Parts: sequence; structure tokens; C-alpha cells
Amino acid sequence: MEKLNLLWIQGLTCGGNTQSLLCAEETLLNTFLKKVNLLVHPGLSLDEDLEKTVEAVLKGDVRLDILAVEGAVRERGKGLYTVLDMRFDEVLRKLCGVANYVIAVGNCAAYGNIPALKEGSVKGLQFRFTERGGFLGDGFRSKSGLPVINLTGCPVHPEWFISTVLQIASGRPPKLDSLGRPKEFYTYFTHDGCLRNQYYEWRVEAEVLGRKEGCLFYRFGCRGPMTRSSCNRILWNGVSSKTRSGQPCFGCTEFDFPRENIWETKYNMGIPAELPPGVSLRGYIMMSGVAKTFTPDRLRRRLLDEDD
Amino acid sequence: MNRKVAREKFKEEKKIQIIRTACRLFAQKGYYSTTMPDIAQSLGMSVGNLYNYFESKEELAKEVMLTVSRWVAERLRAINEEDIPTKEKIRKLVESFFEISLKEPELIDYFLRVFLANREVFQDGCQGFACVGEVVTEIMVLLSKGVERGELRNQGFFPAFVTIMGPMGGMVFLHGEGVLEKPLMDYVDEVALNIWNALRS
Repeated sequence: MEKLNLLWIQGLTCGGNTQSLLCAEETLLNTFLKKVNLLVHPGLSLDEDLEKTVEAVLKGDVRLDILAVEGAVRERGKGLYTVLDMRFDEVLRKLCGVANYVIAVGNCAAYGNIPALKEGSVKGLQFRFTERGGFLGDGFRSKSGLPVINLTGCPVHPEWFISTVLQIASGRPPKLDSLGRPKEFYTYFTHDGCLRNQYYEWRVEAEVLGRKEGCLFYRFGCRGPMTRSSCNRILWNGVSSKTRSGQPCFGCTEFDFPRENIWETKYNMGIPAELPPGVSLRGYIMMSGVAKTFTPDRLRRRLLDEDD
Repeated sequence: MNRKVAREKFKEEKKIQIIRTACRLFAQKGYYSTTMPDIAQSLGMSVGNLYNYFESKEELAKEVMLTVSRWVAERLRAINEEDIPTKEKIRKLVESFFEISLKEPELIDYFLRVFLANREVFQDGCQGFACVGEVVTEIMVLLSKGVERGELRNQGFFPAFVTIMGPMGGMVFLHGEGVLEKPLMDYVDEVALNIWNALRS
């Protein structure tokens, strides 16, 4: 089978998704490289020339199966960098027009993220935070008929990206949710698979960061129960996640990311100002009140006594 | 209505009757001075039959607290669901609480004189907010919505909670002791204003 041609291009980005891809598990990365011909990738290409590649693609000499975009786009921005004497947004629009599939890799490309905080002209490909439209417009469809595939996260887990590409390579492109994200990776919440779920259920707060015990939702702003991601199902580097290492989920796969005061849960008179989706205020108060009253003692003790 | 459904309905109604009667007797005579035979006699039923409904006096006492909490919470919930400013909600809350204490004094008395005074009876299964959760929930809803609307000052729940419950319970207690100069309902506006001033943003 012929390899898919993939071009990875960067807009306003810190390069975190490029770095993240380099952390892919070896077997997975090898499979990926067997199926995919990387036309250009900022972290893996040595000799390939971006300008020459883009020129060949736009001329129609090279087929563009997948365009992976990392970073937000500034519309009509005074060129930070240009490709073939075109502004980045101009060349990007042309590439999107010829690509079979367009993947927004990371939250900047999907929703704008940090680069979009200050300037209204900085956008994600089909969104700007909660607003639909973005740089390409709500109605944009790539040649395959799909909208931009949003692989959100700051950064994206390498397996989410590679698996999505492999699905396309196998002729079964991913099913997307209403925000353009593959359902397979964004149907569950970060909360699902979190080792701290018992602490959440029985309302036992984590008292400090970095420990194994306690739920981080009650004090430290954990967004796990309201953030759709696979972070606790497909672990980072195969071993860990934010919540497993004692940090709250920052909600970086959601389109309202980033937020202020990410280590703090906001309360209105003792009730979290934001509750997990579908949870009623009365339901939450009743459940958490009863849970706190009947918390099993073992959940109040350290699991391992490494500090004693 | 088939016989099974009718029997279930009858049992449910009987249960409510027992709870009402037990609530009144416990509140009037005290928990320890009220016996299961007293309750059965007041209802005109046999003691054996009473035990068919509740396996012990303790279980009955817990069920009474749960039910009383639900009845009071239903009224508070109706106020919470009205589309009116928090200040007005607080006034209605005080008014409703005082009204209940006058028309159905056993409901409030049960809480003050049985539930709070005999904690050992309620240790197992009724500790903390387990049996009064519905009332506490409504107060929490009132307070958190008030903060959300910018009408109340944000703070921890418990100081705000006692700022509401303390004055209301205190006034009802003083009324019960017969030391108030005016009828209880005459104090609604003043107490409500004090609570509002203490909690407003």
C-alpha cells in the first residue's frame, strides 16, 4: 500500500506538539513511519525543504493526504515568517484547500489557545475558543469531506495523533464529536481512569500537590470531571498522567483553555462554582454532603508511608 | 386500583400517620419519655402492628427526622425556585420558617428538642447532615445562587449557614419560652434584614 503523504506545518506555537510526537512509544512510531511519508516535520526532517515541498504540493506534483497544523493562525499578520513569499495564513489556506485531511494538532491550532488570548485576529482553524468559525470558517471541509480533525490538548498525546493518522491510513477515518474531536479519544473524561476516583466519590480533598492521596477537584482546581480527554486511559510515556503524579488536570483539551488560577477551585459559599456536566446543584450538594459524612477511614490515611 | 396497589398506598399513608404522630409525641414529651406503646395507643393501633412499620424506636426517630427535613425543604425549595432577589428570598425564608413553627410546631421542635438534644440516638446512619440534608441543600442553593448573582458576599458555607439558622432558631426558641414581647410573625422583617445585612455583598 502506498504511504500517506503528511506535511506538518507550524503557526503560532511553542512547538510542544512537535516535542510530544518525539515522545511516542517506539513500536507505535515505527508503525507510523511505515505507513506515512513525512514530507516535512519540524522535529524529524533533516534534509527536506519546506518551501520546495509546499511549492510541489501547490503545483499538484505531490499529493497531500494529511496536513497537520500546529499552532494558531494570525489572519493577515505581518509575516513573522513567509513561505514562497506568501504570508503564513495565505499559504495555509492554500494547503488546506488541497489536503485530503486537515488535522489541527494541539489546542492552538484547534481553538487558538494562549496565542489567541490577546488578539482577536489570532484563531484556531475552525474555532476561536468557544466561537465557531475560526480561520477557515465553520463550513470548511477538506477534500475528504471532513471538517478539520481537532486533536486538542496542550500538547496532544502522541498516541492520539498517530492513531488518528493510522485510522485514516486504514481507510476508516475517525468519527468526530460536535467540536471536531475524534470520539474515540474525547468521549471519556480525564476523570475516567483516574486513580483518585474513590477520593472524589467520598469527597476527600488532596491537602498538598504531588501526593497520591486525595481528590484534586475540591481544592486544587482539577478539571478532570469536566474535561474530555484520554489522559488517564492512554497514559503519558506509558506510565503517568497529571492526576497520577499529583497535579490537577488543567482542562487543556477543552476549548475554553487556558483559564486563570488553574491551581484553585472557585467556590460560591462552599459549592464549586462549576460542576461536572449534567450534575444538578441539589444533586451535588446532597451526594457530597452524605459522602463526606460517611467517608471510609482508610481514605483518610496515607497509602504509602514514604514521608514518615 | 388493584388490591396490591391499594394495600401499598394504605401502608404508605399509615406510615406518614405514624411519623406525624411520633414527631408530635417526641417533640412534646421528649424522646426517652415517649414509648412505642404510647405512639401505638395514640394512633389506635397495636404495638405489634407498629413494629411492622418500624423495627425500633430509634429507626422511627431517624425516619421522622428524614421526613420532617423533606417537608421543610419542600417549602424552602419553592422559595428558591421563585425568580426574586435574594433579599426577598431571605425574607420569605424567615417568614416560612416562623410560620411552620407556629402552625406545625412539632416539625421545628423535633429538630431542636429531639434531634439536636439526643445525638446518641442518631449516631448510626443519621450523623452529620445525613438526615437533614434536604434542608441544608436548600440553604446551600440559596446562598450559592446569591453569590452567583452578585448579591451575597462569597465566603465559606458554614459561617453563612449559621448566620441564617442561628437567628431563626433562636427566635423560635425564645417564642417557645414565652419571652418575646411581640407575636413571632412581627419579627420577620427585622430578623430577615439582619440576616441580609450580615450576608450581602
